[in-house]
Formats: sequence, C-alpha cells, structure tokens
Amino acid sequence: MSTASDVTRNPFTQTESPAVGVTIEGLSKSFGKFEVLKDVSFAVKPGEIFVLMGPSGSGKSVLLKHIVGLELPTAGKVTVDRRDAAAEETRESVRMALVFQAGALFNSMTVYDNLALYPREHRIGNEASIREKVMHALQILSLENAAQKYPSELSGGMKKRVAIARALVMEPQLMLYDEPTSELDPVMSATISEIIATLKDQYHVTTIVVSHDRDLALNIADRVGILMGGRLVFLGPPSELKEPKDPRVADFLHPRIDLQNPRFKQLET
Amino acid sequence: MRQLNNILEGFGSTVLLLFRSIGYLPTLPRQFGRFIEQCYLIGYTTLPIVAILSFFIGSVLALQAGYSMQNFGAKQFIGSLVGLSMARELGPVMVAILLTGRVGSAITAELASMKVYQEVDALQTMNIPPVRMLVMPRLVAAVVMVPVLAIIANLVGWFGGAIISKYTHFIAIDPPAYFSALRRFMEFKDILNGLIKAEVFGVGVILVCCNIGLNTRGGPREIGASVTRAVVTSLILILVLDYFVTKALM
Ligand SMILES: Nc1ncnc2c1ncn2[C@@H]1O[C@H](COP(=O)(O)OP(=O)(O)OP(=O)(O)O)[C@@H](O)[C@H]1O
Ligand SMILES: [Mg+2]
Repeated sequence: MSTASDVTRNPFTQTESPAVGVTIEGLSKSFGKFEVLKDVSFAVKPGEIFVLMGPSGSGKSVLLKHIVGLELPTAGKVTVDRRDAAAEETRESVRMALVFQAGALFNSMTVYDNLALYPREHRIGNEASIREKVMHALQILSLENAAQKYPSELSGGMKKRVAIARALVMEPQLMLYDEPTSELDPVMSATISEIIATLKDQYHVTTIVVSHDRDLALNIADRVGILMGGRLVFLGPPSELKEPKDPRVADFLHPRIDLQNPRFKQLET
Repeated sequence: MRQLNNILEGFGSTVLLLFRSIGYLPTLPRQFGRFIEQCYLIGYTTLPIVAILSFFIGSVLALQAGYSMQNFGAKQFIGSLVGLSMARELGPVMVAILLTGRVGSAITAELASMKVYQEVDALQTMNIPPVRMLVMPRLVAAVVMVPVLAIIANLVGWFGGAIISKYTHFIAIDPPAYFSALRRFMEFKDILNGLIKAEVFGVGVILVCCNIGLNTRGGPREIGASVTRAVVTSLILILVLDYFVTKALM
C-alpha cells in the first residue's frame, strides 16, 4: 500500500523528458469487410508538429486511435518511441494525450474534476499544486468561469476547450488533437495554434493535429499529410501545399464554389 | 452454437474482471472516497425497499404457514419456518434481486454510456485503468454492504412474521412463543450460510453488470439493450448460483 514505489515510477518526476517519435508502417485497418485505412506509412519525428488533413470519413480519427492503442491494426505496425503502440506498457512509459473529436469529457464530473483527474489518479503533486495547474490551463482557454460546471452545461466549443485543457494538464510528451479548432471562433482557433506551437518550442512536445484548418496547417505545421479514402496522398512541408501537383489535393484545399454547376447536382445526373 | 459461445465468452470475461479487480485492491485506500460513495449508493438506496419487501415476505410466510398448519396443530413451529426460510433462502435471494434492479441496472447504464461516449477510451489514453476506477470500488462496496442488507432483511422479515402471527385470528401466537420457536431450530450456521449466499450473489451481480456495461458497443440504443441484458443475466445467475451454493454449503 506504500506509495513510494509509485512515486518513483511517476513520469512527472523527470521534468525534462525527451521528445518521442511516432512511426506508422504499412498500417491497414478494416471494420468487417470495410477497409478504412489502406497501407498508410509515415513517421513523425520527435518534437515535430504534424498536421493530418483529409475529407470527412477518410480515416483520420481511426488513425489517431491506433497511435494511442485504442484500435489494433489489421495489418502493419504503429510505434511510439520505438515501442508497439498497442502494448499497454507503452502508455505507462510515454505520456500521451488525445483530444477526442467529441471531447469525451467525464459527464459525471465538473470541469475542474475532469482536469484534475489525471494528476490525482497518478498522484502528481498535492491538491494545491494540482489546483494551480488546473486553473492555469482553464485560464489559457478562457474557461475560469466554467470550472464548477458540468459538461452538459457547456456549449460545443466550450467542451472542446475543456478537452484541450484536460490534455494540457497531463503535460504529455505526445499530444494528439482531433479537430481542435473545428467548433471554435477565429480568435480561439488562433490561440490553439499558438498553444500548439509554444508547447513544441518550450517542451519539445511531439504533436499530431487532425484539422481542416488551413491557417493552422500553413502557420504551425512542420509537415502535412493528406489522407483520402484511407490512403496517404500527400506528405510534405506546408509550403508545397500552396501549389499542389495532385489535382485531388488542389480541389480539397481550394474547392471552387460553382453556383452554375454545383457538386450535389453533378451527383444526380 | 453461437449463443453457447457468447455465454462462455461472457463467463470468461466476467471471471477475468473479478481477478483484475482483485489485482487493483491495493489502490483501495486512495480511492476511499469512491468506495464510500458506492457503499452509500448500494446500501442506503436499497435499504428502504429491502425493508418493505422483507417485511411483507415474512408476513406472507407466517400467514401461509399458519393457514396450512392450523389443522394439524403445528402452529407453534411458524417461527421456525419463517426464521429458517428467511435466513437460508429468501433474505439472500431477495437482496440479490433488489440489488440487480436498483444498483446493477444503474451501474450498467452508467458504464455503458461512459463506453459509448468514449469516456472509457479517454481513461485508457490517460493510463487510468477503467477497472481500477469503475469496477473495483463498486465490487468492494457490494462485498461490504450486501451482508448488512441481508441481515436487515432477516430481522425485518422475522419481525413481520411475528406481527402477523400475533394479530391473525386463526394463528394468534404471541411474539415470545414465536421467537422461541424461531430460535429453537435455528443455528448460527443457518444465518452464516445465508450471508455467504448473499455475498456470492452480490459479487456475481456487480461483476455481470459491470462487465456488460463496459463491453457495450454502438450508440444510445445499445445502452438500453445492455441494461436489459445485465438484469436478465443477473437474475438467471442468482437462481443458478443459488442451487450450487446451497448444495455446496449443505
Ligand atoms: N468503430 C467503427 N466501426 C465501423 N466503422 C468505423 C468505426 N470507426 C470508424 N469507422 C468508419 O471508418 C471511416 C473513417 O472514420 P473516421 O472517424 O476516421 O473519419 P474521419 O476522417 O475522422 O472523418 P471526420 O473528418 O468526419 O471526423 C468512416 O467511414 C467510418 O464509418
Ligand atoms: Mg474524425
């Protein structure tokens, strides 16, 4: 029952933790007969910001879940810090945080308790230092007034911000965001981009962001990947996105709004 | 064939859940708050209905026994009959059934909705084992509270029998006579057997309800389906276990 061994195992006692890399090799994933990911390979370097884009339903969220070990590959391999992402030990040795697309907040807890759960469960610091950390994260995301609210009392964008704040409190080495800015106003979106860039610069956090936000991708990404129909169709620095060679990528990034010949009418014929 | 497979799989994963919960027992002291909360939910919320139901079961037992025994002069054994039936069989079974309805169904609904809305996934990515936080405190709370509920059920049931025996005109046995009959054939072993049974049922019900909740997949409709499945499975389990535990304790 002694806590001593747990404390030494606690990852937070090593404040300066090295950044971790992620590799994805020949990853395929099927749900029944339906193949979602088809032979996807790429690597995210330690301390890099990687932005993953792609149309809705192309498999971005499923890919993120493989990295945190919530889904198991049908074929291929995912490693985090050279360890198998599907193994439970990986989660114990590498601090990872995933901001779920739908937030995945704990509905029976207040916002404050949502944020405090991780440090409390892993016994990182005392209540006072947890309080400081939590309030700081809430402040960054302009959520101070929501601390005692329950998730059901929040707006969609607020839930998203709480989810991001909860991930920040975890002080992860690997941070995964699933569409962090999709429900936020332009100023808050810019704030999120700044937070992501700052975490990289100051703490060398490896970051993978799934986002449709072109500003975010162009401003903070070190590299961008574009997933279409379960395949990686583009991989490169954001500068190459300005004039993409692939017509599918060009149309995805700069869709023309054609009122004379709208897309949904093309489907009917 | 597929159904048999499902049953075996469910049985296996439930047993596994038991062992994993036992493995997390050392974390109980620091989850004391959660444990107390679950004790409250299991004990306090189930208590009124346990009391009401056992009062009436004791009464009906006394009434039926008095009615059938009045013709051959065995009325003085009513106390023994009510006492033994409550302690050995009806108390534990009734507590387990009420536990299923009041607590088990709520547990399954809560865990299933946590699963469906990805809260369980979030726990996993935070490296907080869901079993440690969600199952173990509930299981320990059940282990502590179920025998207490069973004892209360016995006492209230015996008391109900005594009242009915006194005030029903064709029985008319005074409480001292009733209770001395109750004591005459009852041994401590009988009460202990009942408590062991209640304990086994309680652990089984909580495990089944947690397991089915945590294995829910899909959307809101599956939450409802899981609750139904958990209640039906628990009720069957109680009666099947009842036979085997009774036999084993004889
Ligand atoms: N658990 C599952 N079972 C079956 N199919 C699934 C499951 N999860 C995802 N899918 C399917 O996989 C495909 C990719 O889903 P995913 O959630 O990764 O899309 P996405 O790229 O994140 O889209 P969006 O931008 O809309 O969030 C979808 O067609 C979806 O229907
Ligand atoms: Mg998605």
